[in-house]
Amino acid sequence: MSAVPATPTLAVWKFASCDGCQLSLLDCEDELLAIAEGIEIAYFPEATSRAVEGPYDVSLVEGSVTTRHDVERIREIREQSRLLVTIGACATSGGIQALRNFADVRKWIPLVYASPEVISTLDTSTPIADHVTVDLELRGCPVSKAQLVETVSALLAGRKPRLPSTSVCTECKARGTPCVMVVHGTPCLGPVTQAGCGAICPAYARGCYGCFGPMESPNVNALARQWRELGVDHAELVRALRTFNVNAPAFREASIAGG
Amino acid sequence: MAETREIRTDYLARVEGEGAMLVRVRNGALEEVQFRIFEPPRFFEALLRGRQFTEAPDITARICGICPIAYMAGAAAAMEQACGVELTEPIRLLRRLIYCGEWIESHVLHVAMLHAPDFLGYDGAVELARDRRDLVELALRLKKAGNELMRVIGGREVHPVNFKVGGFYRASTPAELRALVPELEWAREAALGLLRWTASFDFPDYERDYAFVSLRQPAEYAIERGRIVSSTGLDIPVEEYERHFTESHVERSNALHSTLEGVGAYLVGPLARYANNHEQLSDAAKAAAEEVGLGPVCRNPFKSILVRGVETLYAIEEALRIIASYEPPAPPEVACVPRAATGCGCTEAPRGICWHRYELDEEGFIRDAKIVPPTAQNQKAIEEDLVGVVRGSLDLPDDRLAHVCEQTIRNYDPCISCATHFLRLEVERL
Repeated sequence: MSAVPATPTLAVWKFASCDGCQLSLLDCEDELLAIAEGIEIAYFPEATSRAVEGPYDVSLVEGSVTTRHDVERIREIREQSRLLVTIGACATSGGIQALRNFADVRKWIPLVYASPEVISTLDTSTPIADHVTVDLELRGCPVSKAQLVETVSALLAGRKPRLPSTSVCTECKARGTPCVMVVHGTPCLGPVTQAGCGAICPAYARGCYGCFGPMESPNVNALARQWRELGVDHAELVRALRTFNVNAPAFREASIAGG
Repeated sequence: MAETREIRTDYLARVEGEGAMLVRVRNGALEEVQFRIFEPPRFFEALLRGRQFTEAPDITARICGICPIAYMAGAAAAMEQACGVELTEPIRLLRRLIYCGEWIESHVLHVAMLHAPDFLGYDGAVELARDRRDLVELALRLKKAGNELMRVIGGREVHPVNFKVGGFYRASTPAELRALVPELEWAREAALGLLRWTASFDFPDYERDYAFVSLRQPAEYAIERGRIVSSTGLDIPVEEYERHFTESHVERSNALHSTLEGVGAYLVGPLARYANNHEQLSDAAKAAAEEVGLGPVCRNPFKSILVRGVETLYAIEEALRIIASYEPPAPPEVACVPRAATGCGCTEAPRGICWHRYELDEEGFIRDAKIVPPTAQNQKAIEEDLVGVVRGSLDLPDDRLAHVCEQTIRNYDPCISCATHFLRLEVERL
């Protein structure tokens, strides 16, 4: 990536989401003020009333696209942004709210709202990359603080951020966590899930639940066999694949395939 | 001829999520106030249908990245009630401890980074740090002390993984928790310092006679359990919530408005907890409240920043107390066998009570779900505050009036992601 200006500008945008990924930026308590010295925070409404007009050197985008208005808004943001980075599972795959893509959302609205006719929503929840070109994607529900800091630092330095593309298994090995599937027979999505979280769940005696989404070319069929041997029924595997990255192609397709 | 003025602020900053406000003034008189929430809906109550009861804590956590424990704890409590199990005391205490962490991080985020800039004329904490770096550094370290409780017990700060129906996947070890003590002891002093600093702010002279609604527990300041009580005399178990509170869908909003039967609008959150339960605060928290001039009841919403400070101090002391006598729950969970039943759970999220109800079938699949977050409950009270504040400030120029209105909304630390989101502020003068 090419070098960035002396004081690059950063904008943080929100689409349908829980705010947890942009909060992770504010949770970088040790690095936040140093980051703020290296960049100009030009637009970050969750943190500051100050709003500088674009264009921006880097836009961090949280959340998925679920309204017609947001389809337009992400295009405008793309036009104003030199680099556009999606942060988290909602922005990179559509989030938990993409479960609607498997249902008839018109039937869902009355379950939540008494006056459904005034609710404006699309039938689908889609990732940012379905609408505009995305320069870099950060996975996770939520993103990893370490990856966030690495990414912002790398972009400031004009280099490519170092982000793993292996599975969570490699992080368990690095951490010295015994395999929960092998040792405890606990179903785990680690073998098909992209690394980046630091393999937190197995360190807390539970299986990975896939919040970083599928790794590149995951072998979900092999994992499904392994889960069957552990006594997990197909419906449970489908539910496990249908959470925060349900709309990521590898998880979506595996969850549709018959058992 | 009618005087027509129109003021628009397109995005209310320093709140969690997106919403809008409209103030309409005709011929110099306030005509209408709306606090609108138009965060795109995500349909959690619908997408929970057909999921296993064990999945509800992880899924509902995603309603809010700022207060995930509130959702996990409320969902878990409801499922435990549906399964007819009681937590052991060590499990309950570990839940209360991680919840203390969430109170600390959420309160300090709001007090120092989102709310304090309003009183001092800064755009945000980064701008404040240019003049008062010491204070912002102190606040960040204090926030981190809360986040460390979340990380050590729960695995990470946002959407902790170690929390389940019935308890935990793994109990923290005494050594892991003891390691947090020195920083929490520092935090106790730092929280007092932060509170004293905020007490030096200029507070608008504004009070309202709220109906305060909170949880209440006989022996402790209610956080993770309790009965629902109000300053108007209500005292009910959580499963009777729907008999007394009504949600209605207001056309302009993607959130649902709540009212208390026979009362109307009511207030949840720090002011309500403090009014209903302040006698149960620790001695140091009570003394600190007195020192900064809070009486037994605080009716000035702008002073909620002080009550959050007092609660932060309390949560730190409570965390230290729990750690001091900590015995790891063994096993870390109570077995929960599902049955066809309905369960309710309610806890004190940092912004106020957060209520859940789930109906399960005999195999533990969720047939129906209902979640009432605190900001939706406060929406009417926010609008009524705006009416009062605007009426008293009509002589202000538009930009000042807009600022006071925004500040009035920020008094609530509104979590619009929870209530559903888009913050836009419009002041129309027709």
